[in-house]
Amino acid sequence: MTSLSRILAIMGKEFIQMLRDRLTFGMMVGIPVMQLLLFGYAINTDPRNLPTLVEMGDNGPASRAITQAMETSEYFDLIGLTTSAEETESALQSGDVLFVVTIPPNFERDLLRGDRPQILLDADASDPVAAGTGAGAFPTLVQEALAPLLGEMSPPVQTVIHRRYNPAGRTALNIVPGLLGVILTMTMAMMTSMALTREAERGTLETLLATPTRPHEVMIGKITPYVFVGSIQVAILLAGARLLFGVPFLGSPFAFLAAVSLFILVNLSLGFLFSTVARSQMQAMQMTFFIFLPSILLSGFMFPFAGMPAWAQTLGQALPTTHFIHAVRSIMLKGAGFRDVIHDIWPLAVIFAVIATLAMLRYRRTLD
Amino acid sequence: MSEALAIDVQGLTKRFGDKTVVDDFSMQVPRGKIYGFLGPNGSGKTTTIRMMCGLLKPDAGGGTALGHDIIRESREIKSRVGYMTQKFSLYGDLTVRENLTFMARLHALKNTTSVVEAALEEYALAPRANQLADTLSGGWKQRLALAAASMHDPGLLLLDEPTAGVDPKARRDFWDRIRVLARKGVTVLVSTHYMDEAVQCDNIAFIAYGRKLIDAPSADIPERVGLITWRIEGKGLQPIYDALHGADGVDQIARFGSALHVSGRDAERLERAIAPYRGQDGLIVEKAKTGLEEAFIWLMTGSEDNFQ
Repeated sequence: MTSLSRILAIMGKEFIQMLRDRLTFGMMVGIPVMQLLLFGYAINTDPRNLPTLVEMGDNGPASRAITQAMETSEYFDLIGLTTSAEETESALQSGDVLFVVTIPPNFERDLLRGDRPQILLDADASDPVAAGTGAGAFPTLVQEALAPLLGEMSPPVQTVIHRRYNPAGRTALNIVPGLLGVILTMTMAMMTSMALTREAERGTLETLLATPTRPHEVMIGKITPYVFVGSIQVAILLAGARLLFGVPFLGSPFAFLAAVSLFILVNLSLGFLFSTVARSQMQAMQMTFFIFLPSILLSGFMFPFAGMPAWAQTLGQALPTTHFIHAVRSIMLKGAGFRDVIHDIWPLAVIFAVIATLAMLRYRRTLD
Repeated sequence: MSEALAIDVQGLTKRFGDKTVVDDFSMQVPRGKIYGFLGPNGSGKTTTIRMMCGLLKPDAGGGTALGHDIIRESREIKSRVGYMTQKFSLYGDLTVRENLTFMARLHALKNTTSVVEAALEEYALAPRANQLADTLSGGWKQRLALAAASMHDPGLLLLDEPTAGVDPKARRDFWDRIRVLARKGVTVLVSTHYMDEAVQCDNIAFIAYGRKLIDAPSADIPERVGLITWRIEGKGLQPIYDALHGADGVDQIARFGSALHVSGRDAERLERAIAPYRGQDGLIVEKAKTGLEEAFIWLMTGSEDNFQ
């Protein structure tokens, strides 16, 4: 027979246990709050105000009308004007800007002659979502900007749009390098934190500590196998990306290797740090989840980074996954070399230094 | 001077938060002895053992194990001491042989294979060498743990309740092993709750609430405690038990099979308490030797009064 008092007893017990495990309880409250804030405020599937550079070959009133219109539009965020084609190229390659507008020399003259001069929009289409809206809105924006100057004249300019790095606008190209970051974050941090916590949970840590084994011997010995696992994951993903989805690898293998090695180290040390805090494998897993979620949402993996509000971008900058994904996309899709991704490499190095130091400080040499 | 002593610690104190788990603990264990370490659960035995082998840092006090400083030379101690944890703490998902090989390699032993094979033979683990440690019964797990803790020929073995929850036959086998090691000159400090094990120790230290209450050759302990015990045997003991329990002069009363053991410190007052039962029909009242168990229960009762 069903007994209400037994059911109530079990419910009561369950609540007590839930409240005793503060980390789990924190997760239960924290995850929905975090999701709500991130999805509600930070994530923007229709990104606006994307960083744009204008190469001014001409400085006439028509050119200025266009830049002004871009500035007032919510699609573009003009971060600068330049006359150097080299500068625009590197800005696009490093991912500093998503769009480059090129106004050709003699634009004003040709326009007034009715020669229908070309105006060029280079869009970084490696993320088709981010590039899509701006590129779609650009021709109309130019027409409307020039209309007051030219009256009823039929299309006075030709807008040419170059979807760079991913002309077909295939999302796979953008997703696959991002997956590298997400999968490494997930497995490396989680595997190491769980493997290390397991020793404490099962009591085998005491056996280890009772032998003359040194702490760094434990650390190196436990972590190295996961470096192999990580390398195999990278190899599988790269091969799959090439064979199944035709994702190119255009950039420097050396830069890639540097980024991947550093990123694996970051995540391993993160896992190590978690293991010094977590008291059980369950807690270790929860902590990885807490870093994993923002790593998916704020790193530019799922949603365009440039479309997020400033505070979310700042938060994202603190995540190693953000820098890694950014660097790998530049290397694989845009043919970037080491120098182009250095601004992503050094933050990774800094994050690694911070996490590794914290982990070493927290590591217990005794059972105290 | 410490060369003659396997363990020589003074004033060991350990606090967790504001709870003092071990308080001013001193102990000298001569080499080659089997030293029993007794005390109620939570009395600080495990903490003391962990401090002796460098797993915990004492908040105060110090000393040596095998002549090495327990604070500064914990690495030397770890390579010369064998420590068996209370809870089985080898790898359940490794086989018996893999566990032993792993431990041998952590101790950086030369010719690992032959050391491991020798240990497998010596501890009769060879038939189970390829079995996962998790699938061993409790007794065999303990045997494996002892093999793992003694493979590097330690001069001192610290065994923390090695036979808890193990069946009597396996316990006896385990103690045979301990005596074999002791004959080879290994000093053994073993904590236990079993009286039949305690009597096999050369010396016994009794600890309660973090303080050492007695430290003496096991044969001397009942006398040291100073209890006089009378044995009342017969039928219908329950009313007598009820009457004597807490009576003046009776410090402790316990049932032993079909008899009562009535103990007290003051011979005259104890005599007055049991006098009514002398000469009763079907009751035998005779002087008995105070046993180890009674002595320890008495010590525990006394320490509760002092510390709670």
